[in-house]
Amino acid sequence: MAAEATTHSAHAEEHHTSTGLSNEKLAMWVFLGSECLLFGGLISTYMFNKGRIGPNDIGPNDVFDIPFTSVSSFVLLMSSLTMVFAVSAIARGDLRGNRIWLATTAALGATFVAGQVYEFTAFYSEGLGFTTNLFGSAFYALTGFHGAHVTLGIVMLMSLFVMSMRGNLTQERAETVEIIGLYWHFVDIVWIVIFTIVYLFPQ
Amino acid sequence: MATVTPESPDTAHAPEEHASGDGHAHPSNWLYVKVAIYLALLTAFEVFTYFETVHGWGDTAIIIMLVIMMLLKFFLVVAFFMHLKFDAPIFWRLFVFGLILAMAVYMVMLTAFRFW
Repeated sequence: MAAEATTHSAHAEEHHTSTGLSNEKLAMWVFLGSECLLFGGLISTYMFNKGRIGPNDIGPNDVFDIPFTSVSSFVLLMSSLTMVFAVSAIARGDLRGNRIWLATTAALGATFVAGQVYEFTAFYSEGLGFTTNLFGSAFYALTGFHGAHVTLGIVMLMSLFVMSMRGNLTQERAETVEIIGLYWHFVDIVWIVIFTIVYLFPQ
Repeated sequence: MATVTPESPDTAHAPEEHASGDGHAHPSNWLYVKVAIYLALLTAFEVFTYFETVHGWGDTAIIIMLVIMMLLKFFLVVAFFMHLKFDAPIFWRLFVFGLILAMAVYMVMLTAFRFW
């Protein structure tokens, strides 16, 4: 605890702001707090509407492929591990390691998005479109918004990778990687909730 | 538990935390790997509950187990991967405020629409 306190105070001395903390990091946490409201709205809308379908309508049990989604969930979960490795690498000045882990994280994220595109295509071919019924609308809105967030995260990770290749991402800018990492982990925890509530809850 | 000596890439197992160039405590890579193993195990158990063999336990029991495992995974990522366990308490408060506000608003909404 003492060492933790020491490092906190050392961290605070780094930032000449009114709070003693990094404004950028503070802004990211405020943004993530507000994102809870966005995804909370989408998740509760899904919960409310998933059962509001007719007896012959296509529903969750007709389309979900749990083994496939489990694998893509695992891929996204492991991308959080590679992201912390990227943050850890740049914090100790290992720029090459940072680039490798950033690229790995982006590749895992792209794998997840590719899986989601495949899943959407399969669902559509089985007859579940965005306007087919309330379940379809709520499902595509929720998972589509999440997929858009993952895609934006991949763009940010690749931007960091390019910055690093050009020599613009050094140990002094480790906090930039950490802030993008916070966004990436948030996308991961949102999927943890979506995976459980949307896919695994008994229908 | 906490040491302030920088960690070399090939000695990731010993310290649980190290200080980086910005003076900010970062857990060791080994701690991250341990958290990832817990996350993978929890995910495997979550998926296990989906299959028919355990549906004899009843939907309510399954939902309670899934919610507990989901919360464990959520807080493992937030505390360790997002560094909230090691960071300034204000970040934790900001995030939890948003989280609780979202849960409260949507619980009220679902109750108003007689979801339960």
